[in-house]
This record gives sequence, structure tokens and C-alpha cells, in this order.
Amino acid sequence: MSILSVHLSRLTRHHFPFSSLLFPSSRPYYHACAPSRRNLRLSVVKRFPFRCFCSFPATNSNGNRNVEVGEEKYDVIVVGGGHAGCEAALASARLGAKTLLLTLNIDRIAWQPCNPAVGGLAKSQLVHEVDALGGEIGKVADRCYLQKRVLNVSRGPAVRALRAQTDKREYAMQMKNVVESTPNLSIREAMVTDILLGKNDNVEGVCTFFGMNFYAPAVILTTGTFMSGKIWVGRTSMPAGRAGESASHGLTENLQRLGFESDRLKTGTPARVDCRTVDFSVLEPQLGDEEVSWFSFDPDFHIEKEQMCCYLTRTTKSTHQLIKNNLHETPTYGGWVEAKGPRYCPSIEDKIVRFQDKESHQIFLEPEGRTVPELYVQGFSTGLPERLQLPLLRTLPGLENCSMLRPAYAVEYDYLPAHQCSRSLMTKKIDGLFFSGQINGTTGYEEAAAQGIISGINAARHSDGKPLIVLERESSYIGTLIDDLVTKDLREPYRMLTSRSEHRLLLRSDNADSRLTPLGCEIGLIDDRRWKIYQDKQARISDEKKRLKTVRISGGDLAADVSHFSGQPVKESSTLESLLKKPHIEYKLLDKHGFGNKMLSRTEKECVEIDIKYEGFIIRQQNQLQQMIHQQHRRLPEDLDYYAMTTLSLEAREKLSKVRPQTIGQASRVGGVSPADITALMIILETKRRKAQELRRHQIRASVMCNL
Amino acid sequence: MIISENSHTATMALLPSFRTIITRFYRPTKPPPQLIFSSLLFPKKLSSLFPLPPKPQPLKPLASTRQETSFVSNRDERLVGLGSVNDGGSIETQSSTSTIAAIVTSLGGPPAAVGIVRLSGPNAVDIAGRVFSPAKKKKGFDSGSGSWKPKSHIVEYGVVLDSQGNVVDEVLAVPMLAPKSYTREDVVELQCHGSEVCLRRVLKACLEAGARLAEPGEFTLRAFLNGRLDLSQAENVGKLISAKSVAAADAALAGMQGGFSTLVRSLRGQCIELLTEIEARLDFEDEMPPLDVNIIMDSIHAMSQDVEHALETANYDKLLQSGLQIAIVGRPNVGKSSLLNAWSKSERAIVTEIAGTTRDVVEASVSVAGVAVTLLDTAGIRETDDIVEKIGVERSEAVAMGADVIIMTVSAIDGWTLEDTKLVERIRSNMGSASIPMILVINKIDCASSACSDWVNREAKLFSKHVFTCAITGQGIHGLEKSILEIVGLDKIPAGGRRWTVNQRQCEQLMRAKEALVRLKSTIEEELPLDFWTIDLKEAALALGQISGDDISEEILSNIFGKFCIGK
Repeated sequence: MSILSVHLSRLTRHHFPFSSLLFPSSRPYYHACAPSRRNLRLSVVKRFPFRCFCSFPATNSNGNRNVEVGEEKYDVIVVGGGHAGCEAALASARLGAKTLLLTLNIDRIAWQPCNPAVGGLAKSQLVHEVDALGGEIGKVADRCYLQKRVLNVSRGPAVRALRAQTDKREYAMQMKNVVESTPNLSIREAMVTDILLGKNDNVEGVCTFFGMNFYAPAVILTTGTFMSGKIWVGRTSMPAGRAGESASHGLTENLQRLGFESDRLKTGTPARVDCRTVDFSVLEPQLGDEEVSWFSFDPDFHIEKEQMCCYLTRTTKSTHQLIKNNLHETPTYGGWVEAKGPRYCPSIEDKIVRFQDKESHQIFLEPEGRTVPELYVQGFSTGLPERLQLPLLRTLPGLENCSMLRPAYAVEYDYLPAHQCSRSLMTKKIDGLFFSGQINGTTGYEEAAAQGIISGINAARHSDGKPLIVLERESSYIGTLIDDLVTKDLREPYRMLTSRSEHRLLLRSDNADSRLTPLGCEIGLIDDRRWKIYQDKQARISDEKKRLKTVRISGGDLAADVSHFSGQPVKESSTLESLLKKPHIEYKLLDKHGFGNKMLSRTEKECVEIDIKYEGFIIRQQNQLQQMIHQQHRRLPEDLDYYAMTTLSLEAREKLSKVRPQTIGQASRVGGVSPADITALMIILETKRRKAQELRRHQIRASVMCNL
Repeated sequence: MIISENSHTATMALLPSFRTIITRFYRPTKPPPQLIFSSLLFPKKLSSLFPLPPKPQPLKPLASTRQETSFVSNRDERLVGLGSVNDGGSIETQSSTSTIAAIVTSLGGPPAAVGIVRLSGPNAVDIAGRVFSPAKKKKGFDSGSGSWKPKSHIVEYGVVLDSQGNVVDEVLAVPMLAPKSYTREDVVELQCHGSEVCLRRVLKACLEAGARLAEPGEFTLRAFLNGRLDLSQAENVGKLISAKSVAAADAALAGMQGGFSTLVRSLRGQCIELLTEIEARLDFEDEMPPLDVNIIMDSIHAMSQDVEHALETANYDKLLQSGLQIAIVGRPNVGKSSLLNAWSKSERAIVTEIAGTTRDVVEASVSVAGVAVTLLDTAGIRETDDIVEKIGVERSEAVAMGADVIIMTVSAIDGWTLEDTKLVERIRSNMGSASIPMILVINKIDCASSACSDWVNREAKLFSKHVFTCAITGQGIHGLEKSILEIVGLDKIPAGGRRWTVNQRQCEQLMRAKEALVRLKSTIEEELPLDFWTIDLKEAALALGQISGDDISEEILSNIFGKFCIGK
């Protein structure tokens, strides 16, 4: 009966908004005695913080025999087992919340459906930051890498980035193992179709396609590309979240019914070719770094592996010709898809059309694993029909005889513009409902993981009645990412870029731990062992800096080398610190001459070097930041009626009413809000403040008069 | 270590290790309280002089100390440009409900033919209707009930009546209804007769009818708040109002129309162009051709020069605003007053053959290349027993000290005399370390033989310039003006060329941009990594953006995507 009613309501909901009234079973479940039950549950959790909840649905339902049939109760429910979902579920469970991870397919937990890589420019900062907070993505990437390279080595410490090619199967397996073996965390296959609401616009759980209700005071949606997903190859499309995996239906409509606004985004993935059919002898190999760097700050995960090679090929005249001849067959130029595709990830036809004068484009061939023959053809995504894809691949040098294992395809999916969330990632409409990952309009595993850990932490805290946590924009790339998401209009899936951060010199990978690990510890995701490691590292760095300040040299080989490399004279009795500040002088040179500190690891030496070498810049940015913060962090009252502010432009009034920024800084970043609007807004706030002050003064005066 | 704008020190005491973090608690009804971390304020590297924190306690105690965040509101520098309007709480009275009135033409000078009283605000038409009675009464018009329904931008002729119904003045009423007006509110301008008495009576009538006297600059503030002007335009309106001469008015107009904005925008555009080039390489490492450092250096150089030029005009700007004071000094009866009269084409000063005719300082205004110049004719400086003349001499000396340029006049007939030497010495010693440029004017050149060249060549070395004039014919006045322009450095401003000016706020931002570009050059010379170049380039772009009021980050991104073929 229950299943039947759910189905009926699914069918009728669009046409009859009050249909849910007719089907009480699909209505939010009201707890008659919620508070007392909740207290009971909390005390159980506190007494048995490490009680392991079994990960198998069957045993799980056995364990919940007392519960009403078709009902299970948790602290946090995470919907979706991708990179956001895993991070969220792990954070939540590790904080002691009884957590349920619902996914469409357990075999696809933490799958890498696109690029088999983690990190890269700006994204690596996210990975380091998630790790510094106690997240998992960095550790798994460190365990499953096929190749690692540090990018932008010579371009400054803030833009230096680590990128790892990963074994996609091993990655998924490792993450699945972690998820499965984490206490407090249960997994279940399910398609969530609805959100259960409480009386006060608060979430009470989710409802699945097969009629199960799962209850929790906090629910995180990480739906990825699955919500009403549709994949395209050429002109042909089918509903699917990914190739070979069914989409999730019904949830968008139900969220819309709750008042959420949704929109559609598109992304794509290139073809995969069989590496056994590629002639690597004509290709330029790209080797990994000799000295491997790590995402995780936890040395337990620094285990070196044999690296694999990537290869570089280029598009040729015939590639360009083939595309030009068949432009009408592509979705964008054929005109059957109004794409909001990402600008930073253009299809090969886009590149060729938009940059006519470029004769050739780089294409990278990246292995997808140690045990699979698949090669990822990076930079070659296309909307061409499948019959043209192989001929197109074969125009590339080295791929003349290749065979294609999977065709390139595009995927369209629903997302919920993130201005509907506050920076804690909880939705503004519904208490306890959180969004993370592609549902917020981002792209990338790292971006997903970054949101996942924040929503996981906050969901757990919410269910425990603790204050939520918000990372300020200037604290981290995570903060920047979320701030951008909740304020800016998206034109395309959002990808992290270093140029999105105003003070990136202060947000480096090397200081991610010193920025965020104390916070991770406060929150409870960093254990004693990690905390000790962290403290020891910081102590070593600080001691070393003191040492470099005090140790002086006069003349000698080191001085000669320094003046040679820097082109600057070395004064008598120079401190090592002053030598390190000279151009082109690195810590390695101190090592070479025996003035280095053998107690320090390579990364620690790097930290010391950066702190000393760029001290002036860092201090200057710091000062600028502080000045800015005073203004930017001015809170905006929650109840501002922007429509009544006639001094704001109409667009600003609309946008601010929609986004409802929390601070002046956020307001200024809302698209369509001009600096003049901000000035006007501040004049209004100032006016209000003075009026309030005047009123207070008046009241005090009045009360004094009364007392007299 | 804690930036304690918030009153949460108690919390901090509970959590000593929280020093790396700003926590903010607030308790809205919904969503629930949030902790905000801005740990960047205190990265460990800067704080590592302090002992390392012990392991932080779990966050639990925080929950019990939730409290409202109190914010110290900082003064917004962007509002500084609005000066008096913003000070002293006058914006408190600014509200969209009040209607303001003021005499908007200048008072104090000789009466002009026409003066204007302006009303602005939602009740401007009502109030105007109460005081204004059109000559041609339309159907349904009733002067008492305020139901005047004028057509926007149609001039009406009539009279202004005071509260007793007496005619105050004959006026033209110019209604400009919202939003097509200066303030984007309903505006009514009453063009009255120019005498101060008339204007004040009309204004009084308006105030009695319910208008409020406008604060200085309040029309402009409203124009600004209503989106009619951007900040730099608003500042220029202020200038237009206080402009002392035609050139200043032109410059203010050019500023309003975007002359200055154009230069700033173009400079900012160049900064963003460079940032685009660099940032693209930072975010898309392997897909870009290498950067040509020389081209970048060249453009940075060109930009610094443009900023420099813009700053130079700041000086011109000051002159335009304040004008020049020129003191004419010399022995008695060398023709100082004649010079003043000839120059100002007037008979301001009494000229006689008697030495010591001029006893007090006589002023006359002239315009030199558009700059307002005040000429100060002084009493001839000599030893005297005449008490009145003595006071005049003292004043002459005082005036000379306050002038921007001193014109030392001698008579070609008498040649250089001992008194002249004494006089110059006295002025020089009075000047002390301050150096006021002096021009030697040899007057009465028509009456002298050509033999005076000897002493002129000798004495002229002590002066910045020397000019021969004949006050009677006006000969040499043009040369004198030219010399003055050269001395104050106005000759470098091309006529009709850069016709905008730079105010204090803009000047500061230009300086900021200039300094940033200087630092950028040294960053590049020291071969610091590419990322560091962006820091000062952004600073320069921000400074320039402060003048024009734009934000940069999105622009760079759009540029990168528009310009380069990148992406995987």
C-alpha cells in the first residue's frame, strides 16, 4: 500500500500541488514526542561513541527490529556516495553521529567517472585543506597514485600545485573500504525521491523509491550528475546519471515543491582508448616527479609507489578538418543543446572554432589504472556522434590504429543554485537540509570533497545542537569556494582556480595544516596522534627559523656560492636567514654546504624557505587582509528589506533579496551589485544605526528624566 | 593575537588554543548559530614566536557561550569623498520623505540677472504649488491646495507668493519630474531675479511651505544615492559648483563626462590585460605559450608614465581651484598701479604723478590661461614718515609674503637704484627659507633709452624672469603672463589637451597605483616568481578601480576564458 501511494503521488504531484494531502504516507512524519526520544538517543550515542553500526542493510534492519517496519532512525543521512558524499559521511560518522549513506550503487562509491586524477592547480589546495581538517581524499589519492607531479614549481609558492594520476578502481575500492569500516556509518543502496519535513520547516528524513522512510534531523544531498541526469552522444540521449548508471528521478520535482529553485548544467567526459592499441614510440612521455610529494599531512600515508607514464600528443590538420566538416553534428553548433558547458573545459570543437589561428592543441593520454587498459584522452571531449569519434581519435599521432573502449559523452543534470544555501551549506529554507557537490553547481572531485567535509561536519553538529561552522572566504580555498557558490551567479559548472582567491599568497598548500588543523582538532576530526605530528612539525619549523636568524657566516664556500647565484654581494657576518632572502637562493644550498638542518623533512624545509624568502610580501598581504576584513566582515542584519532600499539599483535589490548575503563583503561579491550599490547600502545601514542610537539616547534621557 | 572586535574574550579564555581563529557566534532564529573561522588572520608562520598551542578542547563549551556578535562599525573610506554631507550625522536627516530647498546660484558677488531656488523631493511639486502661482491659470488649478500639476520640463511663468499671499517675485518655474532630474526626485527650479533679497524671500516662502533647507551638497548626495551620479561624478559636481574660472569649469565638466574616467579606465584595462596574461599562465600551466618579459616591462613602464602625467595635472588642479595671487611691488611711482590697470583692463587703482598715491592694497582679477589670478597692487615701498603710508608699506610687505608670485617693478627711466636693491633684500630676508618666485618687470620702457640693458642683465640674474612692459600701451603684458605660466609650471599643460583634474581622493589612489607599479618593477627585476607579479598588479588595478569603482576578479577570469584556448 505504501509503495502504491508513493507512486501515485509521484505521478500526480506535478498536476496537483496538494496531492500529498491525499497520501498521508508520503507526508512528513511528525514525531509526537520527538524531544524526549531525541534525548534518549543522544545519551546512547554518548555512552557508546564507537559503537559500530553494521554496513549491511539486512543486518541493519535486524538491528532495528524495535523500530516500526519501514523506518530507521539516524543522526545524519547522506544521499549519494561520490566524493562529496563519502567525505560528508566520514566526517559526520567520525564526529560520533549515527550516519547513513544512501547510494544508488554501492559498487560505484567514490567512482572517478571523468579524469582519473586528484589535485592540480588550485584543486590541490582544496585537497590539502580537506586533509588538514581531517578529511580522506588526500590520503586515498596518496595511496592510489599512478603518477605525481608538482605543477608551477617556479611560479611562486602560492600557485604551486600537486597533481596525481590515480588508479580509478583502486581509488574507489580504498575509499569504499574506509567508508565501510568506519564506526557509526551504515551504507544502503536506495534512490531517494523525497524529503520528509517536520513542523518547523525542518528536515526529518528521506523517502526512497521503494517506499522506505529513513529518519534523521540532518540530511545531506550530494546527488552529483544523477538528479534527472541525461547523457548525450551526438544527437542521441538517454536518461542516466553516468554511462551505464540510471539517473535519479523525482527528487528535483519534490525539492521544487518545497520551494527550491533548480536549473540545469552540462558537463562531459572524453573517450577512453585501449592502451594496447596506441603507438607510444612516437609520443612524448611525461614522467612523474622523482621526488614524490604528498597531499596528506599524515606521514603514515606517504608510501612510495612505482609511477606510470603519461603521454603527450597533439591535434593535427586532419583533426581540425574532420571537425570543421562535421560541425553540424555537434550539439553546440548543430544547435540542439543549449549548453551551459564549462569554459575551462571546452570541447575540442569549441577550441577549434574559437581559436582558429591555433594550428594544434595539446592532448594528454593518461592511464586509468594499473590493471585496466583504458587511457583517458585529456583535452579531447567532444559532442560528436559515436561513429565520428573513432575516426577523430585516429587523426592523433600515436593513435592511428587505436581502438576506442568508451565513447565520449556529455551529461546534463539538475542542480540547485547555491544561493539557496548559507555558508554552512545548510539550506536557508529547510532546517537540517544540506547540499554538497555538483548539486551546488560545482565540478571536480576536490570541490565536491571540500563541500562534503563542511556539510558533514555541520550536519553532525546540527543534529547534536551545536553551532555550525563557517569558513571565511579569506581563511581557505574551501571558504572561497563556498562563498563564491552562495553569492555568485553560475554561468557554468564551478571549478576552483587560483585566480578566484584574492589573497592566495596566504592560502598555500604548505600552510594548509597550520591554517586548518587546529580547527580540525577543535571540531574533533584530528586525533591525538595527528595533533602531535602537527605540533612537532610546527615546532621544528619555528626552531629552524630561529636558528637561521642566529647562525652567522663570514666568507667561505657558502658565501661565494650565494653571491654567485644571487648576483649580490654577501656581507661579513651574514645570518643564514639573510642569505636565504636573496634571489635564487634556496634551502638546498644551505644543505649543500652543511648549513642545513638534517632533522627537517623536505616539506618542512620548504615551509621555512617560503616563510623567510617571501616574508615581506606575506606581511603586506596580511596587513591588507586585515584592513579589508574590518569592512568586509561587517554583518548585514538578517531582516533587511532590500526592495525598500530605493537607492540601490533595481538589479541589486533583486539579487540581494535573493542571495541575502550575511556580510558587506559577500554583498559586494553578488553579481549585479555595483560598488555604488554597496556605498548606498552602507549609507543606509549607517543611517539606521544612527537612528537607532538616537532612539536609545532618547530612551535613556527619558528614563533619566523619569527617575528624576 | 585576537582581533577582538567582538566581545567573545570569555570564549577565548576557555580556548587558549583558539588564538588562530576568529570565532563568531550569533544566534539568529534560523539558521542556527554558526562559528566563523578566519584562521588566516593568524597563520602559524607569523605567530610561531609564541609557544605552540596545546591540543584544543572539543568545541562543546562553545555551545554554552553563544552570544550575539557585536560589530564595531568602521568608517567607510569610500564615503570620505562626500565630505560634509556625511559628517556630523547629517545623513540622518536624509530620507526619501523630505523635500529640500536651497538657493543654488552663488550669492555674495555682484547681483546676477537671474538666481535659482531649487526644490527636490517627493513633495517638491506640492510645495512649489503652494508658493507659485502661474500667470496663466489652467483649469482646476488651485494655488492654495497644492494641486499644481505641471508637465515635466515645461517652463511656466508666474509669481511666488508668501504665506500672506503677497507677491514676492516674478519667476519662471521649471518642473523636472522624477526620474528625469538631477536628483532623480521631483525637482522644481524657480528662476527668480538675481538679487539676494529676492532669492532669500523666495527660499523663505518655500521653507514656510514645508521644504527643509538643504545641507551643503545634499542635492548631489541625493543624485548620488539615487544612482544619478557615480562617486567621481559626484565629486566633480562639487568642483563645478566651486569652480573659480572657466577652465576649472571646463575641467570639472570633462571629469563629469568621463575625460579622467577614460584615462583611468584605460590604465585599469591595461593592468587587467597584463593580469590576464599572467593569471592564465598560473591557472593553466601547460597550455600557454611562454610570457615575454620585455613586453610586460614595456607596458608597465608606459602605465607608470601615464599615472605620473595624471599626477602632474593634480598640481594644475590645485591652481584651478584656488587661483594665483600675484603681488606687484616696487618703489613708489614706478607704475605699479598703471600695470594693474592695464593688465585688468580697468581703472581699479588711482594713478597720479604723485609718488605714494596707492596707500592700501588694491585687488583686481584677471584670468591667465584660464587660471583665476588675483593681482594685488601695493603701496610703493620706501622709508617714510607719513603714518598712513607707513601702514601701507607694511601691508605691501605682508601681501608680498602671502603671494604665489611677486612682480618686482622698476622704472626703465630711473634704472636700477640703491632703493631697489634694498627693497629686494628686505623681501628676500622676510621670505626666509620659503622661496616665492619673483619676476622683474621693467616698466615705462617706452620712455627709456635702450641703454638700460647693462643693469638689466646684471640684476635679472637675481630673478626668475624679467619682462619689459609699458603699462600705458599694454606692451609686454602678454610676455608677463607667459612668464608667470612658465614659473608655476602651467605651460606644460597643453591647451585643450588634458582637460580634467584630479582631486585629493583620486590623487591618493593614483599615488597608490604608482607605488604599486614601482614595486612591481622591482619584483620583476629581482626575478621573483610570476605569482608575485600579480600582487602589485592587482594592487594597481584595485587603486585605479577605486577611482572608477569597479571590481576585478571576475573580469580577469572572463578575459582568460575569452582570450586563450585553455582547458582540458
